[in-house]
Amino acid sequence: MDVIIESLPQYWDGFLRTLFLAVVSGIIALVVGTLLAAARVSPVAALRGFSMAYVEVVRNTPLTIAFFFAAVVLPRLGVTFQQFEVAAIIALSAYTAAFIAEAVRSGVNSVPLGQAEAARSIGMTFGQVLSLIILPQALRTVVPPLINILIALVKNSSVAGAFFVLELFGYGKQLANDHGDAVMWVLVGVAFFYLLITVPLGYVAHQVERKVAIAR
Amino acid sequence: MTSVLYDVPGPKARRISLIGSIVGVLVIGGLLALAIVTLAQQGIFQAQRWAIFGQADVWSLLFNGMSATLSAAAIAAVIAFPLGLLLCLMRISDIAWIRVPTRIVLEFLRGMPVVLMMLFVLLVFATSSFVAVVAGLVLYNSAIFAEIIRAGIQSLPKGQREAGLAIGLTSFQSRLSVELPQAIRRMLPSLVAQLVVLLKDTSLGYIVAYGELLRAVQVMADFLGPQFLFPVFFVAAAIYIAINLAVSRLAIWIERRGSKKAAGGVAKAPTAGVSTVVK
Repeated sequence: MDVIIESLPQYWDGFLRTLFLAVVSGIIALVVGTLLAAARVSPVAALRGFSMAYVEVVRNTPLTIAFFFAAVVLPRLGVTFQQFEVAAIIALSAYTAAFIAEAVRSGVNSVPLGQAEAARSIGMTFGQVLSLIILPQALRTVVPPLINILIALVKNSSVAGAFFVLELFGYGKQLANDHGDAVMWVLVGVAFFYLLITVPLGYVAHQVERKVAIAR
Repeated sequence: MTSVLYDVPGPKARRISLIGSIVGVLVIGGLLALAIVTLAQQGIFQAQRWAIFGQADVWSLLFNGMSATLSAAAIAAVIAFPLGLLLCLMRISDIAWIRVPTRIVLEFLRGMPVVLMMLFVLLVFATSSFVAVVAGLVLYNSAIFAEIIRAGIQSLPKGQREAGLAIGLTSFQSRLSVELPQAIRRMLPSLVAQLVVLLKDTSLGYIVAYGELLRAVQVMADFLGPQFLFPVFFVAAAIYIAINLAVSRLAIWIERRGSKKAAGGVAKAPTAGVSTVVK
């Protein structure tokens, strides 16, 4: 137990870095994922094909492979990063974007047909239909799944700890090495800090869901 | 393909769309070409780098990695499913002192990174890395299976349970012989989708030094020399993605087949607990 209090500064540092990784890659993934979803329903065949192929391949790639690629293979190919955080953010956001694209697309499908038809009948172009009518409604319905994806993102950021980034999991491994006699408490501490992010997020998702369910 | 999102393209729109497609293909192709040229400058495509795939040893190492991956996934799935079933029954039990602790445990397991659980088992119980990987996968996925099956049970019409109770089944009997079979059938697509996640998560074994496919890549790169890292990684990633794609296709096929045949069809997973399938 003492070991947790003793190494609170490390935990805090790791906690902030985990939060940083999750927030930055979350924002990038939300933007890229929405663009991918828009490409998926666009009139241009090449965009549709690209978006479909990207989502299909990335969803079936283990995250560890994505990290291995970004942190070990890319540097060998001459793409070097000043900090491994950059590699981690690239891997996490590229991976999460595929899931967000799928969620947003299912939201687009859930918007009643009449909405798009009405928008088109008053002469809106595809870009206008999507950005003014469909996406605002679609995004609202997919808030709970999106939050769940973000929870998964927080948990997935732990993989970064194995690829030279000192976030919560990375510190956990380091502390476990230093305190061989109190490994259990070290890891319980790490678990606590993860739950500090994931449990409230899960609660928010649950509340939003109940609200949406009633609104329908 | 028609869509409600845009008008059926006329000649002008078709032309613009065609031009857009061509430009898009050119841009994507250009980026790919750039990547390939960059790789070629690194000498990635020199024949001798790929010649290692002519050696039986390389393939047997890759094969060992793959079978380690698949066996961990298979064993974990076989243990996690019954455990998930049990957790689900405890989670919806009528008895509060069973239901509430189970709920807390499930919340805890779902909020935890899988790799942390693997490390915990590895270090605290000082097991082999194989046991650690399987235990981590079992702990996490049984919680997810429990939530999926629970969502399935909740999606059933109320009358199913009421009818079960009305003909004199006990609460437990009704769950077991009336509700569970229907719930599992409805949730089959989500369950198979979770299997893909489980399979993908075996790659986390790399982090706890389990000799799975990615670890085999690392070993070979260390042993043969860094110049072989890319070819070996490329082949291993292709194997991983191919296996996962196959299982995903299976899930889609089951969903299509189920929605045609199963009584009452296959329920779409409610976004609630099940959305943790996203991983």
